[in-house]
Amino acid sequence: MAITIKVNGVSRTSPAEPDTPLLYVLRNDLFLAGAKFGCGLAQCGACTVLVDGKATRSCVTPVGSLGNAEITTIEGLGTIEKPHALQKAFIDEQAAQCGYCINGMIMKAKELLDQKPQPTDTDVREALAGHLCRCGTHNRIVAAVVRAGKEMGRI
Amino acid sequence: MNAPTLTRRGFTQGLAAGLGGITLAFSLDPAELMGQGTTPRLPGSLVNNKMLDAWVRIGGDGNATIHTGKVELGQGILTALWQIAAEELDLAPSRVMIFSADTALSPNEGQTAGSQSIENSGTALRMACAEVRSMLVDIAAAKLGVPANSLTVTDGVIMTADRLKVTYAEAVAQLDLNREATAKVPPKPASAHKIVGQSVPRLDIPGKVTGRITYVQDIFEAGMVHGRVVRPPRYGSTLESVDDAAVRSMPGVIKVVRDGSFLGVVAEREEQAIKAREALAKSAKWKLGPELPDPANIHAHLKSLPSKDEVIGVKQAPALASAGGRSHEATYTKPYLAHGSIGPSCAVATLLNGRMIVWTHSQGVFPLRNELVKALKMPAKDVRCIHVEGSGCYGQNGADDVALDAALLARAVPDKPVRLQWMRDDEFAWEPYGAAMSMSVKASLNADGQIADWQYELWSNTHSMRPESTDGTNVLAAWYMAEPQPHGAPRGIPQPAGGGDRNSIPLYDFPNQKVVHHFIPDMPIRVSALRTLGAYANVFAIESFIDEMALLAKADPVAFRLAHLKDPRAKAVIEKVAAMANWKAGEAGSLARGRGVSFAKYKNLATYVAVIADVEIDRSSGKVRVPQVWAAADSGLVINPDGLKNQIEGGIIQSASWTLYEQVRFDKSGIKSMDWASYPIMRMPDVPKVTVELINRPNERPLGAGEGSQGPAVAAIANAVAHATGKRLRDLPLDAGRVKTALG
Repeated sequence: MAITIKVNGVSRTSPAEPDTPLLYVLRNDLFLAGAKFGCGLAQCGACTVLVDGKATRSCVTPVGSLGNAEITTIEGLGTIEKPHALQKAFIDEQAAQCGYCINGMIMKAKELLDQKPQPTDTDVREALAGHLCRCGTHNRIVAAVVRAGKEMGRI
Repeated sequence: MNAPTLTRRGFTQGLAAGLGGITLAFSLDPAELMGQGTTPRLPGSLVNNKMLDAWVRIGGDGNATIHTGKVELGQGILTALWQIAAEELDLAPSRVMIFSADTALSPNEGQTAGSQSIENSGTALRMACAEVRSMLVDIAAAKLGVPANSLTVTDGVIMTADRLKVTYAEAVAQLDLNREATAKVPPKPASAHKIVGQSVPRLDIPGKVTGRITYVQDIFEAGMVHGRVVRPPRYGSTLESVDDAAVRSMPGVIKVVRDGSFLGVVAEREEQAIKAREALAKSAKWKLGPELPDPANIHAHLKSLPSKDEVIGVKQAPALASAGGRSHEATYTKPYLAHGSIGPSCAVATLLNGRMIVWTHSQGVFPLRNELVKALKMPAKDVRCIHVEGSGCYGQNGADDVALDAALLARAVPDKPVRLQWMRDDEFAWEPYGAAMSMSVKASLNADGQIADWQYELWSNTHSMRPESTDGTNVLAAWYMAEPQPHGAPRGIPQPAGGGDRNSIPLYDFPNQKVVHHFIPDMPIRVSALRTLGAYANVFAIESFIDEMALLAKADPVAFRLAHLKDPRAKAVIEKVAAMANWKAGEAGSLARGRGVSFAKYKNLATYVAVIADVEIDRSSGKVRVPQVWAAADSGLVINPDGLKNQIEGGIIQSASWTLYEQVRFDKSGIKSMDWASYPIMRMPDVPKVTVELINRPNERPLGAGEGSQGPAVAAIANAVAHATGKRLRDLPLDAGRVKTALG
C-alpha cells in the first residue's frame, strides 16, 4: 500500500493514499515542514517544491502522480550550517519578515537560476509573479535572488 | 511543567528571533525611568510584574534566561529584547536565551500590539537586567573585598583593574532574584551601548530560509491528530442538522465534534480531516443568519446606524477668521480590508490529565487564556497558552479563533494533541476585517490662501474586538456553541492613540478646527484590529484633502504643507523626501507620470514619515502602476537602521496593495472573498521600488515605526493619481475599474 517517492535524493515511503497532496506527505510523514500550506489552491506558492527541477505546487500535486521523479525541498538545498547560495543571499539581504512565503520564493528562484543563472531584477519579478508575500518584503527578495545569481556566477 | 515536549526535530519554544523594524521606545534619559517623586511607579511592564525572576534568571553556567510576555510576529521583537537584555547584563548575546509568552512561565504583558512592546517589555527588561547585573557586581565586590564601582564586567566576568575575577557562574549561588525590582539601578546611557544600536542580523532568518521548524503550523507532536472545522454560510447561522454517520465511517475519522452550531472533525491524517470537512459541509443544513448589508450602499448603511459621537481636537481662534476665502468639502471612503495572512491560522491543543495546553500564534496569550477559560468552563490554572510564531498577522486575524476551535476538538479526544489549521476560505470569510470607514472634510481658505477653518467627521465601527477588549467572549466559536457566549458592547480606544479616530486630528496649524468621531457600535460585518487601525483611512482623507485645498489655493503641495506646519521635525521629513525625489513645484502631471506627496506622524505620537509616490496609468484599462516611492522617516534615535528601513518599506508596499487592489467582497448572502482570486493583492511585477532615508536624532526618544508609513503611502499614491489624471478619486481602492470610469 505504501507509496515510495524520491525526496532530496533519498527514497522515502508514506502510507498516504495516491490522491493525497504531496504537501501533506512531506510535512506529516517525512517531517519536511519547509513547504507551507498557504491556500491549497495553487494560488499563493508557499508550498512550492521542485519536481525534476520544475517548480511545482505541492498542495495540488497528488503523491501518486510522481513516479520516480526527483523531488527537491528547501531542506534539500542547504542547511543553516551549509546554506545554498540562495539561502545565504536571503540571509545577507535580510529578505524576510514573517518568512512564511519564503520557502516558495526560494524554490521558484532555484528553478529560475537553473535556467537563467544571472537574472535581472525584471526577470526575477516576472518569475515570482505567482508567489504572494504579505509583509512587503518583495524588493529584498528580488535583491537576494539577483545577488545569489551573481555570487554563483563568481564560483 | 506538565506540557508534553515538542518533539519535531528539536523544536524549541525559546528560539530567539529576529530584529526587523526595531525602534527602542524607551526613554534615553535613565533618570526618567527611575520613578521620581515620593511614590515611584515601576517603569514599563514591571509595574504589573514586579518580581525580578519573572524576567531574568541566571543559570549555574552564568548564562541568562529571559522571559517576556511579548510575542514574535515576524517583526523581530524577540531579537530586540534579547539585545537589550544582553546589553544590560554585559553578557555575550549567545549566552542569553529568550523565551516568548507562555501563560505558565511569562510575565503577563497583555497584547503584543500598537508598537508598545519595546516601551513596555523593553523598558522592564532594561531596568531588571541592569539591576541583576548590579546585584552580581555587589556579590563580586564582597567576595573580592573591593568597592563595587571599581569593577568592570565583560561577558559575565566581573573584574578588578588588576584582573582579579569573579564570574557570574561563581557569583550566582549568592544571587536571589526572587524579590521585587526596585528600578533604582540606572541602565546604561545610549553612548555606552555596544549591542543595542547595531544592525544586528535577525536570528530567525537562517532557520526560515532553510526550512527549519519555525511556526505553530510546523509543530509535530507524537500521537498528533488533525482537525478541521466547518463554518456556516454566513454570520449568525445555526446548525439544524448534519448527517455525521457517513462521515464517521470515512477513512481515518476519529470523531465528529458538534457543540450547538460549532462543527468540526478529528482524523488521523490531515488529508483525511480535509475530506471529512468537505463531506460534513455538504450534509450540514443551516438556518441562515441575517442578510449582510448591500455592498453598493455599505457606507450609507453604516452611517444610518446609531452612533456615539465624540468631539475631539477642537481649536478655536480668539477671533474667528472671517470667511474671506473659498471653501471646499469632500467625502472619502475606505472599504473593509482583510489581514490576508499567507498562512491560514493554526493551533495545536491537547487535553492532558484534565489540563488544556494550547500552542498558539495569538498576539496575547493571557487574554486568549481568559477567553478559553470562559468558553471551556475550565479554571485558569488548568489552561495554558504557549506562543509559537505564525504567519504574519498585521493585527487580529484568525489566531485567537482557531485556538478555541482546536481546544474544542482536543476536548473531544482527550490525550490526543490536535493540530488544526484553518483552510484558506475559513481565514478569508471569518477573520475580523479592518473596518469600513467614511471621512468628510470641509475647510475654507483665508484671503492669504491659508486654511482658516477645518471641520472633519469620520464614521467607523470599532477597531478592536480582541480578547478582553470588551465584556463577553471575543472568540468566534464561543458565539456558536450550544451555550453561546456573545461578545460585549464594543468600546473605542481613547485619544491620543485613538481607534477609528487614530490620526484624525491633523498636525497642521489650523486656527479653527473640529473633529467629530461617529463611533458605530453595530457591526454588520465582523471587524477588529488591522495594522494602523483608523490611521490609514484618516491620513488618506486628510492628506488628499490638503492637496485639494492646495489646488484651490493654487499652491504647490509641498510648500502648502510646509506653510501649515510648525513642528520642525515634520517639516524636515517633508523637505528631505522632496529633495530625494527631486520634487519640482508646478510640474504638470500626465498619465505617463503623476506624482504625489503625503505626510503623517503615526498616532500623532510616533514616527514622522513623508512619502512621495510616482504613478503611471494605463489609459485603456485604468490600471495604476507605482514604479517608485521615496520615504523619509524620523524615528528619533535610530536603533537599527536596516530593521527600521525594512518596516518602512514593508508598510509602503502593503499600503500600496491595500490602496490599489483590496476590498473584501460580500453580498447579502455572505462574504464572497474566499481566496486570492476573489481578494487579489499586489504581485511582484507591480511592486514599487522603494527608497527610504532616515533622519537620525540621537538625542531624541526612539519612536515606534512599524506602522508609520502606511498612512502616508496611501495618500501619496492617491495624490499622484489625481496629479496624473486631473480627477480626484475619493473612494478606495483606486482600482482599474474606478480609474477607467474617472478617465471617462
